[in-house]
Amino acid sequence: MATVELAEPTERELDAESADWVRRLSAGDGSGRREAEGELHARLVRIALAEVNRRSGSTAVTGPELTDVAHQAADDAMLAIVAKLKDFRGESRFITWAYRFVILEVSAKLGRHYWRNPPVVLDAGQWENLPDRLGINPEQHAEAASILAEVRRVVQDELTAHQRRIFVAVVVDGIPLDALAARLSLQRNAVYKVIFDARRKIRRALVAKGYLDDPGLEQL
Amino acid sequence: MSELERLDRFLRTDPRDVGCEEAMAVLHIYVELTVTGEDAAERYPGVAAHLAACGPCDEDLTGLLTAVSGA
Repeated sequence: MATVELAEPTERELDAESADWVRRLSAGDGSGRREAEGELHARLVRIALAEVNRRSGSTAVTGPELTDVAHQAADDAMLAIVAKLKDFRGESRFITWAYRFVILEVSAKLGRHYWRNPPVVLDAGQWENLPDRLGINPEQHAEAASILAEVRRVVQDELTAHQRRIFVAVVVDGIPLDALAARLSLQRNAVYKVIFDARRKIRRALVAKGYLDDPGLEQL
Repeated sequence: MSELERLDRFLRTDPRDVGCEEAMAVLHIYVELTVTGEDAAERYPGVAAHLAACGPCDEDLTGLLTAVSGA
């Protein structure tokens, strides 16, 4: 996997609004700082509530629990922002930098809350759903059954037990990636990397068998 | 798009893909470029490649874009 490309030196002069936020939040222990923290927290709560509502169609969390997730996300984002304020380098407006914390908190908390009432349990292994998951219909495509069998063979034979568990949970059983990461105490990136490597292995196998004939970007 | 094309699209991996951790570390910069009309994908092709393949990170991108659009 590649590393991010920073195209230019990232420190730049702050815009007036960002400078004002940093100045007020960095001020001593006085009322000015508390006022700024209160103002920022109110904004974080508003953004978190909007975000959980935006995602309400893709989560089983509803009602007061969803509102609670938003408030928890805003609280934790606020703590992180205050703790990392000195790391803000003006690569974006301050408020964009700050809102990133609350959006990521919402994602992580919705992932953890998935397990309170999960539609699919961990390690269900619902292989009968694989055709739907991959968009392959064995009844309409002559090679589909062979392709699905090859996918399953790669998963069974070429992945480690850990990789297989993650692939089956996310791709076969449809467990949200963040929910699985929370359940296994992994970072999102660790789960993504497993799926990334599995996709590459499966594709190579299908190319070798002649089902897919393009070498793909990873071959370039 | 045929079934095989859809499957191929899912299985293809992009060597420029920087992964979740690095993409999320610069998400605020990526979003700022986007809302100011700059070509964020051209500036950060590895991040763009990741966002095209990772549903959760793309969802966070949408969330942050929505948040700052109403800021």
